[in-house]
Amino acid sequence: MSLVTLAMAGGFALILIGLYGALNNRNILRIIIAFTLANTGVHLVLVAVGYMPGRTAPILDAAVPVDQANALIIDPVPQALVLTAIVIGLGVTALMLAYALRLFASRHTLDISKFTELKW
Amino acid sequence: MTNRLLTVAFLAGLAVIFIQLLSGYAPDTDLNLTASYYANQTAPDLGAQNIVTGIIVTYRGLDTLGEVTVLFLTAAIVALVLVHGRALEAERGPKPFPAGELLQTGSRLLAPMILLLGIYVFVNGHLTPGGGFQGGAIVASAVLLLLLTDPMRRFSHRLISRIESTAGLLFVAIGLLGLLFAGGFLDARFLPQGWFGALFSAGAIPLIYSLIGLKVGAEFSSMLLSLSETEDEK
Repeated sequence: MSLVTLAMAGGFALILIGLYGALNNRNILRIIIAFTLANTGVHLVLVAVGYMPGRTAPILDAAVPVDQANALIIDPVPQALVLTAIVIGLGVTALMLAYALRLFASRHTLDISKFTELKW
Repeated sequence: MTNRLLTVAFLAGLAVIFIQLLSGYAPDTDLNLTASYYANQTAPDLGAQNIVTGIIVTYRGLDTLGEVTVLFLTAAIVALVLVHGRALEAERGPKPFPAGELLQTGSRLLAPMILLLGIYVFVNGHLTPGGGFQGGAIVASAVLLLLLTDPMRRFSHRLISRIESTAGLLFVAIGLLGLLFAGGFLDARFLPQGWFGALFSAGAIPLIYSLIGLKVGAEFSSMLLSLSETEDEK
């Protein structure tokens, strides 16, 4: 099993673990942590898609002369995408935590089965 | 129980899809068209060593502006959602147990260094791995360390919002300068490219990324402060 498939399998496993945790837990904080796990899995898969065996990071320094860059670096686009995704993921996590705090303040519980207003 | 069974069945289906994707996957051997354009053109076009930075700050600069806006919105919404829970100075409960001597002295020693590292990371974003978002997160981690040491510590919200809004305005202003003096909005080439690999090179990229770093650092800090200042109603 090569490094890429290993990283990708790890990413997929993290997505599955995160979704399982998010669907099966009652505690809102645990759900949030499970979501961030799944989020990390997605990042791992995306970075692994951009990886190419035998190549190096997309930085043009002594190891990568400018005129040979095309043959030496890995795909920089997924890395830029994942950078964006990490930042947005952090924003989403912060929002979820803020709402969790408000929910706890209003009901004094973090058990999601106690919040039934939107249930049908 | 049925819920759990449904979940497991759903995840098993997803796992089958993932295994299918994984078993047929072979990494590319050549860069695709977009990537090879970036690989060939970043150095002559922009003069940036770090291609990812070139993509984020210039080629996809508008996306980054949008991303920073999303972060700003998040910080604003977190503050808005939590503002009702903020206790007044007099209404606060008993003071928390003070942090130990080690943590207090250590944080006084470490916080300036963490700030310095964050600034280093975003100033060198066009040369080394790192950049505005990473550097901003490091800067905010210094604030987090100070908050861990003394949860009752208060930072100036006015200062943070000033830094945040000034950096945002300057970011857009530099984008407009690019529109006037170079190829388009957020084009970094209206400043000279300089010596390839030097700190002052790559046009306006280090400037833009430093502003992004300040803005992101201020936004993360304000989120941390909003979360920290919220207290349970008695």
